Amino acid sequence: MTADLVVDATGQRCPLPIIELARRIGEVPVGGVVHLLADDPAAGPDVAAWCRMRGHELLEVHGGGYLVRRSA
Amino acid sequence: MGDTPPPGYLDAASTEPLHPAARDALEAAYRAGWADPARLYGAGRRARLLLDTARESVAAQLGCRPDEVAFPASGTQAAHLAVAGLAEGRRRTGRHAVTSAVEHSAVLHALRRRPGDDAATTEVGVDARGRVDPDAFAGALRPDTALACLQGANHEVGTVQPVAEVAERCAAAGVPLIVDAAQSVGRGPVPPGWAALVASAHKWGGPPGVGVLAVRGGVRWRNPGPDDERGYGRVPGFENVPGVVAAAAALEAVVAAAAAEEVRLAGLADRLRAGVATVPDVVLLGHPEHRLGHLVAFSCLYVDGEALLLELDRAGFAVSSGSSCTASALEPSHVLVAMGALTQGNVRVSLPRGVDPADVDRFLAVLPEAVRAVREQLGASGL
Repeated sequence: MTADLVVDATGQRCPLPIIELARRIGEVPVGGVVHLLADDPAAGPDVAAWCRMRGHELLEVHGGGYLVRRSA
Repeated sequence: MGDTPPPGYLDAASTEPLHPAARDALEAAYRAGWADPARLYGAGRRARLLLDTARESVAAQLGCRPDEVAFPASGTQAAHLAVAGLAEGRRRTGRHAVTSAVEHSAVLHALRRRPGDDAATTEVGVDARGRVDPDAFAGALRPDTALACLQGANHEVGTVQPVAEVAERCAAAGVPLIVDAAQSVGRGPVPPGWAALVASAHKWGGPPGVGVLAVRGGVRWRNPGPDDERGYGRVPGFENVPGVVAAAAALEAVVAAAAAEEVRLAGLADRLRAGVATVPDVVLLGHPEHRLGHLVAFSCLYVDGEALLLELDRAGFAVSSGSSCTASALEPSHVLVAMGALTQGNVRVSLPRGVDPADVDRFLAVLPEAVRAVREQLGASGL
């Protein structure tokens, strides 16, 4: 899957990667995909929780990367 | 009930201030019970009598026999001894262990430190509310399972575990179950069926330095350390007689008051929960029904937990955050990860016995502003 936008939050401590993701998801259209790069160990549960809270779709998780589809 | 806790102190799950009954007992026992309880002269016999009486009292509260109870220096040490002693005593059966993924780190670390390359542990997962499924737990038991561990209630989110059901399944499989009752002793009846029980006196208003390790008769627990005739063969060293006496006095006092006090605390916690839920982008954690009545846990989106604790400290509140007692502050709480919960901006509020209701209202009054301030610092306002 190719992303419409890459957000690099590598090296940032939570909650900063989630804040960065929230700030920038509006840059892709609804249905578009953001590729978040984050290596903080808390990013895994927090990206998933954020997607649930905001109604976005967590498509894929791979070592330090998260593909999120903007749903609203 | 005597003294009220200091204003703004809402971290009972970490520790409670010394109960007045414990303070009196401690002072009296330092006068009367200072001598070596292993000696046969008068002062020694007095110390022994105080120790034995306190032990009987604690055993009665736990629903076991006095000779099954010993007093290590902390709940953590009790957990270490429970795990290591059962692993040792059950070596012939095997080296496998079963526990939940949300145990206190004292239990998880003890399980990891068991000798032998094949000392594997199955960590049974929990649902989003932090509760383990008894069937899943039972399904993890194997013929070579030496021991199982389950907490009475979770220390971070307050979820009460199905201990009685799990104990039944473990008994049917012939596997001894260690129950970590550190958060629940003194707040209600201890569920039956445990082979070993672990608790900590300072969490019920006893003094620090007194843990509880109870091992039922007939359970194959073996001292993992060097032989020592003290501590009933379970805990090495000179007994902390005044501490144990004070711990027993506090436990008697809080249990006597528990029926009314726990209901009062649960009502206050419900008020807290309802108030917390109105703060934007804050999620309540734990189980809606099966939970400790005095504990409320939540996570705040776009909030740094430490910064929030500092804001609340500035406003006069002592509360704590997830990842309690883990080695690395950089790792998110294993409890919240296991639940799949939001880990950032995590706060645990636990009401001490005797808490002033005004503290709860004051906390609810300052929380929204504290959360807003941290979000603003992080540039996350309005996201």
